[in-house]
Amino acid sequence: MRPLLGLALRSAWNRRGTLSLVVASIALATLLLLSFERMRADVRASFSQAVSGTDLIVGARTGPVQLMLYAVFRVGGATNNIRMSSVQALAEHRAVAWVVPVSLGDSHRGFPVLGTVPAYFQHFLYADREPLVVVQGQVFRGDLDGLYEAVVGAEVAQRLGYRVGDRITLSHGSGGTPGMEHGDKPFSVVGILARTGTPVDRTVHVSLQALQAIHLDWVGGAPVRGLVIPAEQARKFDLNPKEVTAALVGLKSRAAVFALQRYVAAFADEPLLAVLPGVALDELWDVVGVGERALLGMSVMVAVVSLTGLIAVVLAGLNERRRELAVLRAVGAGPRHVLLLLASEGALVTLLGAALGSLLTLGFVAAAGSWMQTRFGITLQLSAPTPAQWAVLGSVIAAGLIASLVPAWRAYRLSLADGLSPRL
Amino acid sequence: MIEIEHLRFAWPRAAHDCLAIDRLDVAGGNALFLYGPSGGGKSTLLGLMAGVLLPSAGRVRLLGQDLSKLSGARRDAFRADHLGYIFQQFNLLPYLSVLDNVLLPCRFSRVRRERAASRSGTAEADARSLLSRIGLAEPLWRRAAAELSVGQQQRVAAARALIGVPEIVIADEPTSALDAPLRDGFMDVLLSECRAAGTTLVFVSHDERLASRFDAQVSLASINTAAPKESGA
Repeated sequence: MRPLLGLALRSAWNRRGTLSLVVASIALATLLLLSFERMRADVRASFSQAVSGTDLIVGARTGPVQLMLYAVFRVGGATNNIRMSSVQALAEHRAVAWVVPVSLGDSHRGFPVLGTVPAYFQHFLYADREPLVVVQGQVFRGDLDGLYEAVVGAEVAQRLGYRVGDRITLSHGSGGTPGMEHGDKPFSVVGILARTGTPVDRTVHVSLQALQAIHLDWVGGAPVRGLVIPAEQARKFDLNPKEVTAALVGLKSRAAVFALQRYVAAFADEPLLAVLPGVALDELWDVVGVGERALLGMSVMVAVVSLTGLIAVVLAGLNERRRELAVLRAVGAGPRHVLLLLASEGALVTLLGAALGSLLTLGFVAAAGSWMQTRFGITLQLSAPTPAQWAVLGSVIAAGLIASLVPAWRAYRLSLADGLSPRL
Repeated sequence: MIEIEHLRFAWPRAAHDCLAIDRLDVAGGNALFLYGPSGGGKSTLLGLMAGVLLPSAGRVRLLGQDLSKLSGARRDAFRADHLGYIFQQFNLLPYLSVLDNVLLPCRFSRVRRERAASRSGTAEADARSLLSRIGLAEPLWRRAAAELSVGQQQRVAAARALIGVPEIVIADEPTSALDAPLRDGFMDVLLSECRAAGTTLVFVSHDERLASRFDAQVSLASINTAAPKESGA
């Protein structure tokens, strides 16, 4: 069998023009399947890393996924706020260790602004219970002296080139509408957080009181005409918020989580919802899973099409190669050698395509990785293939080997029928 | 060397036998000229002799071995070891060099490889000496086979059939694509090499002008008793 591999290589090289097209199409299908799998795994990983150590997220009654999306991922918006009194009632529950209220809605140059309390930086954990780290400066003080202080995430600082001491202004809503700036009350950057690979990197953190202060002269989402309360004057008002968007809750013991969830659901003063981050994420995957399966289906179809191309190209070339097969038969090759020759050609093309596709995937991850990080806060891992990726690669190669048996079998039949005199 | 007895052969789905040969013997070291019109079953007979086709009845024996008694794989190995074959044209694999084309049988047969090596030290050295004896200039040896003229290609095909001193060489109209001077040169080379090595040669042609150069001449039509048919292989 050994003499055949050399022949298969040189025969394939002789037809490298057409075969390289097949290699390219298999490589693209491999790239699609592998990078799809890489993105799927890494999106899930970065979503599930986004919050840890928080036992419950409490917000106005809505869907668990929606609450999770806006409270943790700053995606979408809250339909309703919750009263500060409810948050305080929660904090007094005997099972609760800590409560961190958060308010969302404003933005700074496209990055979401989160109003919260200094305890946020102490209680919020991500990934494997990692705390937030301030790499430059300190967190905001949260009192009246430190009213207009902001702590920015790593991505905000890097993209906008911020350093401690820089002055920034916030925009109302998601920004972009002229006249909807809080330009009269600028903030100064007092702290920059270390990179976490979570939505925190893209967030500007200020105190709840600061959010209250910049909205003093606003009613119903617009500045009140003729009413101007200067930044210094604002300190004289009661800046304690009446409402917040949501609250992160830590328990003394995780065992109490369902009891507290029921307590929140049955809360008398207003309709509330408490979700377990892990459970909400699972629900999110259920929703996303449909789209994932559709994408995977498409990618598989692309792979099938390119393997069909392999069969078509090798089959189409077969008629012109009947002389070649007859010559091989004459010098002692059996029909099984012919079968092996064609099958190893298909295997060669498939392996080359799969290898090239793997390289392209590495290149793609390297090239798109930083873009995905800045755009979506998703870190693509440039690491060894995941088991699922190995499975994908294995399936592509196995399917290619099976596909190449089709022309191989046809050649086998031909060489039996033709003998030494191909009847062309 | 070659013994054919009571041979009958029909193509699958054919109504009549294509070949019916009661007896054909070729003695060892002889050169047989087999002639007959196109479509007379010549290629079919050669396929039977090479063990690529099997008779529906009767026996084909090469070197005393009944080919029908061998398994398919053993027949292929037998052919690789003991038989050289020259086609009418398109003999060479276009993606191999001239030298590699000549060495092709040595890839499939250890017997041929060792015999070639025992003559000249290595199989490749034997291929080189064959190529120079058949008059192919050394600069051409590393060229791709497809770059050669038809006459040169047929000479290379002869060298390939002869390498490793097979007992039998079968040539299927190898000169039909050559003009007269090329044809004579090819015949000289082939016959002298076969004689020198004691190889049995079965040479098929419809060109009866070549007949006188052979030890024996047989007309296929005279030994084939199968019903004549309109067309054939």
